[in-house]
Amino acid sequence: MSTFAFRGPVFSAIALGLMAVHAVPVAAQDLESGRAIYDKWCAECHGVEGRGDGPAAEYMLPRPRDFEQARYQIRTTANGELPTDADILRVLDVGMPGTAMPAWPNLDDAERRDVTAYLKSFSRFFDGADPQLPDLVADPGGGAEAIESGRAAFETLECWKCHGDSGRGSGQSTPTLEDWREFPIRAADLTEPWTFNGGGGADAIYLRMMTGLDGTPMPAYSDAVDSEVVSPEELWNVAHYVASLAPTLGPRTADLILASRVESNVPTSPGDDAWSTAETYFIPLVGQVIQTPRNFAPTVDGIWIRALHDGERVALHLSWGDPSDSPDTTWTEWQTKLANTLHPDGAPLSPDAPMTDGLAIQLPAVIPDDSERPYFLMGDPNDPVTLWTWDSRSGAAESSGRGLGRIDTLPGGDLAAEERWNEGHWEIVLTRSIGTGAEGAIELAEGVAIPAAVFAWDGSSAESPDRGSVSSWIYLYLEEPPSSNVVVAPIVAILLSGGLLLLLVRNAQRRQTAAGARESEHTTSITQEA
Amino acid sequence: MSRMNSTWLALVAALTIGCGGGDGGADTGGADAGADAAADAPAAAPAVDPAVAATITGTISFAGTAPAGTPIDMSDEPTCAEKHATDPMMMSIRAGADGGLADVFVYVKEGLGDMTFSVPAEPAVIDQEGCEYKPHVVGVMAGQDLAIRNSDAVLHNINTQPTTNRGFNISQPRAGMETTRTFNSAEVMIPVKCDVHGWMSAYIGVTDNPYHAVSTADGSFTISGLPPGDYVIEAWHETLGVSTQSVTVGAAETGTADFSFSEDMAGGPVPMGEPIDLAHPEGHAAS
Repeated sequence: MSTFAFRGPVFSAIALGLMAVHAVPVAAQDLESGRAIYDKWCAECHGVEGRGDGPAAEYMLPRPRDFEQARYQIRTTANGELPTDADILRVLDVGMPGTAMPAWPNLDDAERRDVTAYLKSFSRFFDGADPQLPDLVADPGGGAEAIESGRAAFETLECWKCHGDSGRGSGQSTPTLEDWREFPIRAADLTEPWTFNGGGGADAIYLRMMTGLDGTPMPAYSDAVDSEVVSPEELWNVAHYVASLAPTLGPRTADLILASRVESNVPTSPGDDAWSTAETYFIPLVGQVIQTPRNFAPTVDGIWIRALHDGERVALHLSWGDPSDSPDTTWTEWQTKLANTLHPDGAPLSPDAPMTDGLAIQLPAVIPDDSERPYFLMGDPNDPVTLWTWDSRSGAAESSGRGLGRIDTLPGGDLAAEERWNEGHWEIVLTRSIGTGAEGAIELAEGVAIPAAVFAWDGSSAESPDRGSVSSWIYLYLEEPPSSNVVVAPIVAILLSGGLLLLLVRNAQRRQTAAGARESEHTTSITQEA
Repeated sequence: MSRMNSTWLALVAALTIGCGGGDGGADTGGADAGADAAADAPAAAPAVDPAVAATITGTISFAGTAPAGTPIDMSDEPTCAEKHATDPMMMSIRAGADGGLADVFVYVKEGLGDMTFSVPAEPAVIDQEGCEYKPHVVGVMAGQDLAIRNSDAVLHNINTQPTTNRGFNISQPRAGMETTRTFNSAEVMIPVKCDVHGWMSAYIGVTDNPYHAVSTADGSFTISGLPPGDYVIEAWHETLGVSTQSVTVGAAETGTADFSFSEDMAGGPVPMGEPIDLAHPEGHAAS
C-alpha cells in the first residue's frame, strides 16, 4: 500500500540536480543478472517479455508498465522522452505510491542497476536514445500569496476539468479518462499527496506538470511554457496550491479511536462545529482480495474518522474521497468499463445496474472478553458481527453479518445517519445509543477497547459491500465518565490520603499528648507501650 | 522526442497533395486546414520533372448504410457548443449522399524504392475548434512539422499514441496557442485524442514520402507529382480497415485508383501503426 512519507526534499535534489545525475556514467550492468532478478521479482506483474501483461496484471489498475513501449510516467525527462537510469532507479527505491508497485529494499545497488539495464533492453527505443530534459526553473517560493495565485491558475488552466474543483478527482472529464491502453484511469485525488505516483511535495508536482505522466491523460505544460501561454511562476504557484490541499497533519494511521465524552448531546450532522474538538484519525483501507469477487483496485483507500459520545449516544464522523455520488448516470460508462476490466475471475458483477456508495462499521456482536475477534470479513455463521451500514440511497441500517454477502437487517435500534457529498468527498455521521441497539446488535460500553473495522465501496466503480475496501481490526474506546475516574478519583484519592494523613497525625499527636501526660505521671508507661 | 533530427538525403518531390480533411462536421470554418497547408507548400527542388510527373486520383466509395453517429453532449463546454450550427455528432463513417467516403487516408505504400524526398517546409496543421479536430485525418511526412493549434477558449490536451514513434501528450490551456512537433518515422496511423473531451479523436498518417492524401467529403482524392512507376496504393479508414491497389502511371499520366468499402468491413481489424518489432532488439539478453 501507500507509503506515507513525503519525499519532497529528496526528489527536489533529483529534479533540480538532474543534469548532474544524468551525466553520471552508469556503472557496468549485468544483463544476465538483471534477467534473473527480473524473472524472480518483476515478471509476475510486468510479464516475462516486459509487456506489462504478467499473470497478476489483469487484476491491477493502473496496469503494470509495458517496458516494450517504454511509456514511463515518472521521469525527469521531457514529455514523450525515455527516462534516465536515475529515474528508473528512483522508482525501484521508493516504489510508486497509489499503485501496486512497491519499493525494492531487498535489492542492492548493483542488482537495481542490473535489472534497470534488463528492463530497458525490452524496448528498442532505448537504442541510442538521448532523452531531452525539460527547462526547469527554480522554485520562486511558496507562501500564502503563491498558493492564492496558484488557486487562480488552477481555475484558468482548467486543471479542475479532470481533478475537480476541490482537487479530489471529480471533474467533468474524469469519468471518461483512459490510459494509453484504453484502461480506465482515475484522476489523482490532489488532497492525498501520499498517493501521488511520483511523490508529493511542490517540487514533484511542478516536475509532473512540466513532464506530464506519459501513458496517462495527464499532459505536459512544457509547451505551454515554451509558447509563453503559461509562465513558469504560474506553474510553480499551481504546484504550491496543489501541495496546500493536503491535510495539515497527513495521514497518521491509528489503531485506537478515542471517542471523547462531550457534555452536550453528540453532533448528528457532518457540518456541526462540535466536530472541530474531536481528534481525527486515519484508517487505511485495502481492496477485499480474499474472497471472490475480489477487488485489487478499490476506489476508497482510507477513511478519516472522528468519534464523540455523550454517555447516551455515540457519534462517528466518517469522511473519504469518492469522485461520484453513486448512482450517477454520468459514471455509468466508467462503471461498465471498470467492471469489465477488473473481473478476471469471472465474478458476476452487474456492470450497468445502478449501484450505490456505502460504508459499514463492523463491530463484534458482543464485546469480547479476550483478544478473540470475529472473522474480519463481516464475520462467519458461528461468530457474527454487528454492522452499522450506510448506503447513499437507503441510509442507515443496523445489521448482522455472517460473512460477505450474508447481511441481515436487525429489527429495532436507533442507528441514524446524516450525510453530505460535495466535490468528490463523502462525509457521514452515524449515531447510535451506546447501551442498546437493534435486536441482537452489540451493546457498547465505556472504558473498554471495542474491536471495530471499516468497509467502504463506490458503486460507480462497480463496488459493493462484498467487493469494496476493508480495514484491519482497530479499536474504538469510549471515554469513561469524568465522575468515575478522571476528576473524582484523584480528588477522592487526595481526600482519602489526606484524611489518612490527618488521622495519622492526629493519632500520633493524641498518643504523644497522652504519652506526655503519662510520662509525667508514669515514666514507665512508654516502655510498656513500646 | 527530438523535434528536428531528421536528416533527409536527397531532395526531391514536387509535392502537391490534393486532399482534404472532409471532417464533415456540421460547421464549416477551419476544416481541412492541415491539408490546405500541405497543399500550399512550396515544392522543394523537384527530382520529378514536372513535365513527366504523374498523378493518381480516385474516389473512395462506401456501400451500405452508414451508422447514424452518436450525438456529442457539449453542454459542459458552451464555448465549443456555440460553434456548431447543428448538433455535433461522432461519426465513425462519414459517407456522402452519393456514396463517397470521407476521411480515408490514401498513400503510396510501395513502389518508390530507395528514393528519398525532401521534407515539406510548410507544416501540416491540426486545429482544435469547436472541440473537434480539424481535419479529422491528416497526413504528414516523417520529419515534417506538424503544427497543433487551439482555436477554442478551453483546455485541450493533445495525446498522440504512436507505437513506432515516441508519442507526446501536451496541454494547450488557452486559445490561440500553437505548438509544433514532428514524427521521425513512418507510421500509419497514429491515434490522437483529447482526454478532456473524450469524444475528440483524430488520426495522423506519417509517411516517408510526400505522396499521401485524405479523401474529401465526396470521397475523392488526388496524389500528384509522382515519378512514373508501378505503385501499391493503400487506403485506410478508421473503422473499415485497409484496402490496397496496384496502379501503374507513365510519364505525365493520370492513373485511377478507386476504392470500395462496405459496411461489412466495419468491426474488422484496423491496422494501427507499424507492427511492433517482436524480435527483441539487439543487446537483449532474452533467448
